[in-house]
Amino acid sequence: MNFLEYAPAPESTAILNLREQYGLFIDGEFVDGRGEPFQTISPATEARIASISNANGADVSDAVAAARRAYDRTWSRMSGRDRGKYLFRIARLVQERARELAVAESLDNGKPIKESRDVDVPLVAAWFFYYAGWADKLDHAGLGANPRALGVAAQVIPWNFPLLMLAWKIAPALAAGNTVVLKPAETTPLTALIFADILQQADLPPGVVNIVTGAGDTGAALVAHEGVDKVAFTGSTAVGRAIAKQIAGTEKKVTLELGGKAANIVFDDAPIDQAIEGIVNGIFFNQGHVCCAGSRLLVQESIHDEVVDRLKARLSTLRLGDPLDKNTDIGAINSREQLDRIRELSDIGVAEGAERWSAPCEIPENGFWYAPTIFTGVQTSSRIARDEIFGPVLSVLTFRTPAEAVAKANNTPYGLSAGIWTDKGSRILAVADQLRAGVIWANTFNRFDPASPFGGYKESGYGREGGRHGLAAYLAPATGVDRAAAAAPKAKSATKGSKR
Amino acid sequence: MSRLAVPKTYKLYIGGAFPRSESGRTYEVLSADGAFLANAAKASRKDARDAVVAARAAVGGWAGATAYNRGQVLYRIAELLEGRRAQFVAEIEEAEGATRAAASAQVDEAIDRWVWYAGWADKFAQVAGNANPVAGPYFNISVPEPTGVVAIVAPQQSSLLGFVSVVAPALVAGNAVVVVASERFPLSAISLSEVLATSDVPKGVVNVLTGSPAEIAPWLASHADVNALDLVGAGDLDWIDLEIAAADTLKRVLRPEQGPDAAAPALGRISAFTETKTVWHTKSMK
Repeated sequence: MNFLEYAPAPESTAILNLREQYGLFIDGEFVDGRGEPFQTISPATEARIASISNANGADVSDAVAAARRAYDRTWSRMSGRDRGKYLFRIARLVQERARELAVAESLDNGKPIKESRDVDVPLVAAWFFYYAGWADKLDHAGLGANPRALGVAAQVIPWNFPLLMLAWKIAPALAAGNTVVLKPAETTPLTALIFADILQQADLPPGVVNIVTGAGDTGAALVAHEGVDKVAFTGSTAVGRAIAKQIAGTEKKVTLELGGKAANIVFDDAPIDQAIEGIVNGIFFNQGHVCCAGSRLLVQESIHDEVVDRLKARLSTLRLGDPLDKNTDIGAINSREQLDRIRELSDIGVAEGAERWSAPCEIPENGFWYAPTIFTGVQTSSRIARDEIFGPVLSVLTFRTPAEAVAKANNTPYGLSAGIWTDKGSRILAVADQLRAGVIWANTFNRFDPASPFGGYKESGYGREGGRHGLAAYLAPATGVDRAAAAAPKAKSATKGSKR
Repeated sequence: MSRLAVPKTYKLYIGGAFPRSESGRTYEVLSADGAFLANAAKASRKDARDAVVAARAAVGGWAGATAYNRGQVLYRIAELLEGRRAQFVAEIEEAEGATRAAASAQVDEAIDRWVWYAGWADKFAQVAGNANPVAGPYFNISVPEPTGVVAIVAPQQSSLLGFVSVVAPALVAGNAVVVVASERFPLSAISLSEVLATSDVPKGVVNVLTGSPAEIAPWLASHADVNALDLVGAGDLDWIDLEIAAADTLKRVLRPEQGPDAAAPALGRISAFTETKTVWHTKSMK
């Protein structure tokens, strides 16, 4: 046993109290869906976890109707102070049940327990805690006095951070006074259903949050439902585009948090040890299932070989395996479908002439796995430099001057995030100014905080989540007229509206 | 003996120049009582594309200018408009059949609105952005940045004020614009372009097309190098199709507004065409 080997230290699943089957959570109760139920499995073992209800169109309508009733009768009439107290309760309950949620998340999603335990779940609690305090302070959200909630929010979330994305969506929506119908991803419904149990413990009024499980057609029915006032979606750019088309011509407001192909730019004066850790965290965190992952490494030509050598050495120490093992760095790929896509794009990378290197890890027999992989000699025109792979695959490109780095970083239809590694403060500020991306990390990567707005430029979507900006995405000015800010001069309707 | 007037040829405004439509087409602009006023250029798809190219080339410089500089350049436009007040009043009286008082009021409001927006240039980032108290050793700040190239279908019922109400706010943040003027009242937009051409607004920052919005707007809505689409004046077009076309590249879209409060001055009109950028700066004593 050398110093890199550890005895297995699996987190116990005894803390879980899973049911054999889960219904939809509508109007405060679990009810059976009318579609054909489906199984959720552990991607690490392919073992079945539980049977999950499948919401059809009628179930979605029931959920939207429940949300509307709760909005009209309860939630829109409640004081912001009391709405906030419900959110504080939820934050505390998440903290109390943190270990259970982390284990369930790692089981259902495949991510390492050290991530679900130390990143996902603490951030979930933080998100509810942050927005709880906003609920009675909406006058300061930036839309003038007495902003109004939008109504019923339809929220569709992805499988990469199941519970965290739920928190990003539900916390600001409820703080602003909206009610919610949320659809978790098909492969990762488990923590959302445990969260429904938390809502019951919090005694949240029925219908304020409804959770409908199912696949893409359930989500499409929800987004298209005419009883919905706001659509918030996190997922692929292709689906985001379809949603933008679907809601065209309606009154619905929309927030889209879509794909990315972030540049992580390493200058030759970068603090190299931190940069290596940052690159690893940037692309191999959560198996690279991260929309803002630093999937394009832009390294200054003079340090290319050193960076690549050190990266390979570091990746060789990563432990791939059981997501529930506390020593695991790289967990399972979330689904067979995603694994196929990662393999396909990697093979295209090889076919297009890039050199592939994968960390030497033992791949477990069952489940879906992909070893951390680096491509060198990547051309900007190559598909592995342009397409979102959404897996543990890093494409390495080089640059000579800061201007070239910026030009290459911006050479993408995406614009979600970027990283800058350099010891020179003035260069950080100048490069950050020129990058066309919504979130930029300087000498760090993949940091998230409820106080910090997150969201993209260009085809990475629109609207922000997090911070004051994320709250405003669930509010409208008092006038009831889109965009007519209360600050406007001579806008007579604006002054009228603010007196209501 | 009365003097014979010298009429003006109204052309497009693209990249700081005043070309005719490459298509060679014009259309008759009539006064409120049906008299011939001018032959305006009828812009084509290619004119629209040329305008987008000019806007894309200009956006970096305009967005990169200091906010103080942008504010002064925009204020300068108000100064020049004031000097040409009589020309715009006469143009609006003729085109819209408005009384002298109504035309004067429209021009006055257009000038004052420029001034209002010009003053926002170096302030809106303070109102729309903020520092974020994140739980870690980071200085975290959110600032609004221009979205890029904004295509605008100007309000159709107004000569000058509607045009100003949509162009000025898009410029404040540093966007470059391609504007399709009112089809029926295009002349003030071109006269305003003459003001822009002699002001300090860099060429290509504002590009003005006259002609048929129904014909031009679809090309702008589907153009991959346009970042945002303001449909404020597109209420009578098949604007839903335009919004659908814009979704192909996930353009930011403002839907049509109608009535007297359409495009009312608002900070929201500035922020609609901005992107919030959040930067995490690592703090360390080492």
